[in-house]
Amino acid sequence: MARRAPIQTRIGFTVLAWAIALLLFSPILWTILTAFKTEAEAIAAQPTFFPQTFTLENFGAVQDRSDYFKHATNSIIVSLGSTLLGLIIAIPAAWSMAFAPSKRTKDILMWMLSTKMMPAVGVLIPIYLIFRDLRLLDTVHGLTLIMTLINLPIIVWMLYTYFKEIPVDILEAARMDGAELWNEITHVLVPMAVPGIASTLLLNVILAWNEAFWTITLTSGRAGTLTAFISSFSSPQGLFLAKLSAASLLAIAPILLLGWFSQKQLVRGLTFGAVK
Amino acid sequence: MKLTPLFVGAMTLALVGSASAQTLTIATVNNGDMIRMQGLSSAFTEETGIELNWVVLEENTLRQNVTTDIATNGGQYDIMTIGTYEAPIWAKQGWLKPLDALSADSEYDVDDILPAIRGGLSLDSKLYAAPFYGESSFIMYRTDLMEKAGLEMPDAPTWEFIGEAARAMTDRANDINGICLRGKAGWGENMAFLTAMSNSFGARWFDENWVPQFDSPQWKETLDTYLSLMADAGPAGASSNGFNENLTLFQQGKCGMWIDATVAASFVTNPDDSTVADQVGFAQAPDNGLGKRGNWLWAWSLAIPASSQNAEAAEQFIGWATDKAYLDLVAAQDGWANVPPGTRTSLYENPEYQAAAPFAEMTLASINSADPNNPTVDPVPYTGVQFVAIPEFAGIGTNVGQLFSAALAGQMSADDALAQAQDATTRDMTRAGYIK
Repeated sequence: MARRAPIQTRIGFTVLAWAIALLLFSPILWTILTAFKTEAEAIAAQPTFFPQTFTLENFGAVQDRSDYFKHATNSIIVSLGSTLLGLIIAIPAAWSMAFAPSKRTKDILMWMLSTKMMPAVGVLIPIYLIFRDLRLLDTVHGLTLIMTLINLPIIVWMLYTYFKEIPVDILEAARMDGAELWNEITHVLVPMAVPGIASTLLLNVILAWNEAFWTITLTSGRAGTLTAFISSFSSPQGLFLAKLSAASLLAIAPILLLGWFSQKQLVRGLTFGAVK
Repeated sequence: MKLTPLFVGAMTLALVGSASAQTLTIATVNNGDMIRMQGLSSAFTEETGIELNWVVLEENTLRQNVTTDIATNGGQYDIMTIGTYEAPIWAKQGWLKPLDALSADSEYDVDDILPAIRGGLSLDSKLYAAPFYGESSFIMYRTDLMEKAGLEMPDAPTWEFIGEAARAMTDRANDINGICLRGKAGWGENMAFLTAMSNSFGARWFDENWVPQFDSPQWKETLDTYLSLMADAGPAGASSNGFNENLTLFQQGKCGMWIDATVAASFVTNPDDSTVADQVGFAQAPDNGLGKRGNWLWAWSLAIPASSQNAEAAEQFIGWATDKAYLDLVAAQDGWANVPPGTRTSLYENPEYQAAAPFAEMTLASINSADPNNPTVDPVPYTGVQFVAIPEFAGIGTNVGQLFSAALAGQMSADDALAQAQDATTRDMTRAGYIK
């Protein structure tokens, strides 16, 4: 049995963990509190912590001006659609890299990751022109496609890491029993990697949900997601903080809930392979 | 795990498209007057049957989106909200359709548009964007603090008077700053103010050969005056203050004077938000006796990109949103104090508007005193009062703005900031081919 740390150390670590967690959560908490303040209170020179005048009018104003449900629907379609499409492409790719690697597999993996290192704005004009010519501007399927491409390197990498943990002997046994490649992947590999696939799915849904640059640039109203919805409530002139906070809260609420309920899978997904 | 149903489901979801009748897509900025227009626009749809698809964005995001779209001939938008900076540059590039039908429509009465604003939106006498609301800058001041300081604000003060008044009104013990001015870096932030201010000191960005002029005594006097004024009478941390920060300070009684956009007048006199609503006076931006005042000129305007497939309907909408009848519609709905200001002469002749907006007369005087085609004391090769209407200005202006903001924060001296501004701007203008 492992030796337990002294009580002071445990209390110390607990306090530290809570302090760091609260520090990280404080901007979200501040947004939540501001959403229920009046505009004047939100921007007061002496800020108040709890709303002095509790109001829901910001949420009403936000919905009056912009269609939350349309944007939320687009967000759901784009984030789920792009992740599922990405998984369909990435599962065979990761299988090949994990179980049938070539001399160049590592290089390909690094190259895929390197595409994430370039600032998005660097390819803005070519992507915009391609979207214009293919008539994909301001379409949900166009946005789903670009989001798939953006997140594909991460999906492949995550799945590759998971698949590497699966003993190759099991797949070989399936082959000995006469399983073809398709059956090997769908009936043996995928069921064994379900926890990994689930955490990959969750993380990429969150990444696609929060993506702002492409969703704002490539849409103009019809296909706008919740990031475009939030962006419409910031203003250089006049009072907007409370409404912006209400819009932000509405936009992050679904993904916050999803993250809350699936935190176990998320943590596992992010730390998989870190400790052997 | 069966992937086929997932795939089909994902693609079905992803391929949900949208049907379209005649629909105009309008990109606009998230300012109060624009949001009101969005709210009232159902009247236009009822009248014409043309549907409207609104894209409301924060100013910088809007600028990035519409610039990308228009430069690539993307065609996402039928109407774009642009400023007086973009209008002449884009018109020159052939990116905008001229508003010929509106200009010829006697009912629309293009001659009623304030001449300074119309000049800023035209190229070779052709109107390329219709102003939705216009603004200049002027002084908003606390009448009670001015009286307490034993001074009286003239309608058209000098910088010397402003310096004296700001120092006299400052009461550090009670957290009252004599003057609040923009300090946040950016071509549309501190450089809008400082460029307009420099015009009144006889400074200019470039001489007639596009050589930067930051090494001139006029720029040194401008920056020295600004920095000493802010050191003696400005708020703490002013280098991060923009419009909204100063608005908050003024509304909460922390500023004796504030020189900024005329559109702020309705905010600081609104008793719901401002603690000093009934103690605000207005005066024209200061001068130095050289014939130019330190006020700017800006108009958020509606323009049609050349890529629009619905140009006729777009011009119809622009006509609806910027003509006199729209002002009447807003007045009937929300009162005269809320009509978009600064575009039409007839509005300022309207006694109901004059009664509802005590700042109307001073706003008009400020707009009329700004001349985008002749902005400086000495001749210049560019147009624009608080900007230089060349595509490179956004980058150059922000660069210089960062240096001046650093000087305000005490990170460098005024001389160093000016010397670096001169070097950097000379380099950029040479690279861009203006200086041979």
